[in-house]
Amino acid sequence: MSSFYEEVQELRARYPEGSRSAVLPALRLAQEKHGWLSRQALEETAEALEVTPAFCYSIATFYDMLHLEPVGRHTIDVCTNLPCALCGAQKVVEAFESELGIRAGETTPDGEITLRAVECLGGCGYATVVAVDDRYRQHVRAETVREIVEDLRG
Amino acid sequence: MADQHKVLLAGADERDLTQLAEYQAIGGYRGVAKARAMTPDALIAELEKAVLRGRGGAGFPMGRKASLIDRKSPKPKYLVVNADESEPGAFKDREVMARVPHRLIEGCLIAAHAIESTDVFIYIRGEYLAEYEILAAAVEQAQAAGIFGDVRITVHRGAGAYICGEETALLESLEGKRGQPRPRPPFPPIQGLYAAPTQINNVCTIATVPVIIEMGAEEFAKTGVPSSPGTAIFSVSGNVVRPGNYELDLGTPMRELIYEHAGGIAGGRELKAVIPGGSSVPALTPDQIDVPLDYDSLGAIGTFFGAASLIVVDDRCCMVQLAIRSTKFYMHESCGKCTPCRVGTRWMVQILESIENGTATRADLELLDSVGDNILGKVLCALGEFAVYPVASYLNKWRDEFVAHIEQGGCPFGGSSSLEGILAPSDQHAHTPVGEEALV
Repeated sequence: MSSFYEEVQELRARYPEGSRSAVLPALRLAQEKHGWLSRQALEETAEALEVTPAFCYSIATFYDMLHLEPVGRHTIDVCTNLPCALCGAQKVVEAFESELGIRAGETTPDGEITLRAVECLGGCGYATVVAVDDRYRQHVRAETVREIVEDLRG
Repeated sequence: MADQHKVLLAGADERDLTQLAEYQAIGGYRGVAKARAMTPDALIAELEKAVLRGRGGAGFPMGRKASLIDRKSPKPKYLVVNADESEPGAFKDREVMARVPHRLIEGCLIAAHAIESTDVFIYIRGEYLAEYEILAAAVEQAQAAGIFGDVRITVHRGAGAYICGEETALLESLEGKRGQPRPRPPFPPIQGLYAAPTQINNVCTIATVPVIIEMGAEEFAKTGVPSSPGTAIFSVSGNVVRPGNYELDLGTPMRELIYEHAGGIAGGRELKAVIPGGSSVPALTPDQIDVPLDYDSLGAIGTFFGAASLIVVDDRCCMVQLAIRSTKFYMHESCGKCTPCRVGTRWMVQILESIENGTATRADLELLDSVGDNILGKVLCALGEFAVYPVASYLNKWRDEFVAHIEQGGCPFGGSSSLEGILAPSDQHAHTPVGEEALV
């Protein structure tokens, strides 16, 4: 039995018996393991949860943080909702696009970095907010973009 | 200018209140013992007396909500904390979880006793990773210290869906389903999580509960204003000098918050609009900002207290562009269950874009109103209304600007608006269709 299977059983034990509440944490775990929710990842999750792969797919399609196609090894998510937008988020998006040579929504050809514009991250008072591998960087300006990318590329 | 009145955030500037010992050193968790010495009925009566209005947006009194729980039900009773803070402009719950997690946990234990529950779920939005880690560590600390008794607190992470902040969508999501709202009735106090009686409250609401128990409901009710006692953490964002969270008594004038605490409009610009409760509420014009910040005063001038989150907009902003960006958010986050919201939000974007591009006619302004009218009241949850309210207010209060777009055949800002070219996630380079790798 895989350790993934065991870990999912631990997740299931946190919720009432017979419920499907562990599906989100289980899908997140599968995504951490596979990088994205491939067919294989969805099938493994379904087996561990004793549900159909189609059920897992129906959940995965609903939530923005679950990836149904490959993403880069790193993700850069730039908030472009109103508060950040009013404070210059578009310039930050464009600086990332030009630094990475891709458009928002794309992944660098080497598969390293996916750049996305995302909806409000809840850091409105510290605009512009950028989640780099899910860790928030606040007060990001076009001038600080190069440093963030260089940090990621090592 | 009055200083901030830190009640929810009390002590957090001086101490690291993420640590159990530090929180206990300022009297933390005393309220749990005090509450557990009361009967659930007496505790609910005390909470009702405090008139603690829900800080998540709807403003429903928390104690009254607790009184509606079907405590005689043979099913388990659940307490669910809504920590899925996603309203554009709101970042207050995040600060509570990151800086005073034990105050939230203490509130959970007290509220659980009131509704005779031993099962608490905290549903935290998936993007709040750092806050999740702090909160989960605090839960572990408090549990290891034996403070929980027979109560179990589970921190459950969302995965990116604004709609899951809507209480019945949150319950669906927590049950492992797509986060789509439920028809009501039945209401959650009768049939909520796993079809059992469920109390759902916002983070700031629950974190205020220990304060009430500590000071007594009677004293608490004397703070703030009579119809809305207590403090609120106000999130201020947009074009101000010092954006951030400010904890103030309810009833503080909006002008004081914007011009004194937040330092006024940045860069010497002029104030154009304030969206006072998060992006989903009707905007106010500069002549309306002497309003006291409480539920009833904001309601009286046609807007909402909402999530106590003020988005301040300066005079560089085109209101049509503001409407487009706002509506694209609600379009993106519509769960798709109700046709008026799923389709109507798209139509709103199309009409607004035609106004911005200069291809619209005056009849399109009426059409925009009509689409809005056909969403309002015709959907299961408030999301559709959240798309319509702000746009209707922009159209109503800045109508000249909308008309100018039509008459000039384009944006009168001529490319100089502060929102010019802003990218919404829904506009991003289209992803390749789901390929052979995924399930079809």
